[in-house]
Order: sequence, then structure tokens, then C-alpha cells
Amino acid sequence: MTVRDVKDVLKARVLTGEDLLDQEVRSACGSDMMSDVLAFSKDHSVLLTGLCNPQVIRTAEMLDIVCLIFVRGKKPDDSIIEMAKERNLVVLATGHRMFSSCGMLYAAGLGGGLI
Amino acid sequence: MDDAIHLTYEISPDDFTRAGEASSDVKKKLKQMGVSPEAVRKVAIAMYEGEINMVIHAKGGKIYVDITPEKILMILDDVGPGIPDVDLAMKAGYSTAPDEIRSLGFGAGMGLPNMKKYTDDMAIDTRLGVGTKITMVVNI
Repeated sequence: MTVRDVKDVLKARVLTGEDLLDQEVRSACGSDMMSDVLAFSKDHSVLLTGLCNPQVIRTAEMLDIVCLIFVRGKKPDDSIIEMAKERNLVVLATGHRMFSSCGMLYAAGLGGGLI
Repeated sequence: MDDAIHLTYEISPDDFTRAGEASSDVKKKLKQMGVSPEAVRKVAIAMYEGEINMVIHAKGGKIYVDITPEKILMILDDVGPGIPDVDLAMKAGYSTAPDEIRSLGFGAGMGLPNMKKYTDDMAIDTRLGVGTKITMVVNI
């Protein structure tokens, strides 16, 4: 699956990284707790979160996460988008809630990776 | 001749927005040096968790990073309250972080366990009321 597929499944808006949508994604992780993300996230991952602060971008950076998705209509401020841009991170936003977003991606074939 | 690269970072207390800048810088430098992605990832995650801890629990401090061809050594030296029960603090899920930290996405009780998980060696030297020194090694 590519980031573009993820975007289409969630009918998400691209907040930054329009030119990076053809990257491959292999797994996803959904959480508002960044330590859990740091414990379990895998390579080439997508991160779904409702948390809007700079540490979400830093967590994504540490893990080489490919795409960040803000769920349930959360709108990160411009400084967060700017941070993501500097790090070549795609940021999407969807109105769907966390549970629905995860379910839609799972049903479309994106797994959580091995535990 | 000393072929190690030494880096020192000052971690300011209570500046949650900037927490992680040191780890981000180390990650960039290791990448530029051509260190394996797996080792870079381990260092980045372990140091980032440690850096967050220093901001949340301690009153900031210093991080020293030594990079040699064989390994990356990180020393996180804070002047915080110390850890009363290290075994308990190492338990996944145990946290003393206040709710306001949890609402920022941390304080799940995974910091120290994650640091151990992603390093090849970790030692905690802590004294109540004085501070905590955590030494971590990632082999290249």
C-alpha cells in the first residue's frame, strides 16, 4: 500500500508532503501515547493519532515514520506542519475517529505488524 | 590518538516543546556518518525517551554522547529528585508522571523499559535528592 492509498481510504486531506505520496507503507500504529508508539512501531509505518503537539513529529522522526495522520478532525497548528515539512514527513488529516480510521485501513489490507 | 566523537547537550527543564532536539541532532549526525539504520534507530529512541524523562521528571541536565567505530555511548546526567525504587520504575506501565504529562502523550510508564529494550547495555546510578545518571550503550 502507498501513502496515496491511505489518503484515499480515509478520504483525508494532505496538510504537507503532497510530493511524497508514492512511498510504500507496511504497517500502522494508532495511539495518543507516544511512549507506546516508541515501544511498538515498525519500519515504514503510518502513525494515527489525535494528539497535536510537537512531540508527535519528533516521535515520528525518531522512528522514521513515513506518514502521520491526525484523526477525528484535529488540526495541528502551522509550527507543527512546518516541523513535519522539514523532516519530509507526510501529514494527513481525516474527520474519521481513531477506531474507524484504524478499521478502515486494516480492512484495506494494512496490518499492525508482528508483535 | 582519540578517534571518538564527543557531543554534549544541555537539556533545559520544563521546556517540553524543545524536548527531543538533542536526540534529533544525534540522529542526524549518526545518519550523516553512515551508521547502520538499525543502530541509529535504537540510539534515537533510547535517547529521546531519556531526554523526555529529564524534562518531565528531573530539572534538566546534560547528555554526553561518545561515538566510536564500535559503539555509541550515551550518558544522561540529571539533577532531579532521583528514582526511589529502580525495579519498580523499570516495570512496563509503572509511572509517576502527572496527568498533565499524560495529556501530552507521555507518562505511560514505558520510558525506562523502552530505553532498556533499545540498548545493548544500560546502567542506572541514582541518588535521592541528588540526581540520576543513566549510561546506555548501543553497539554498532
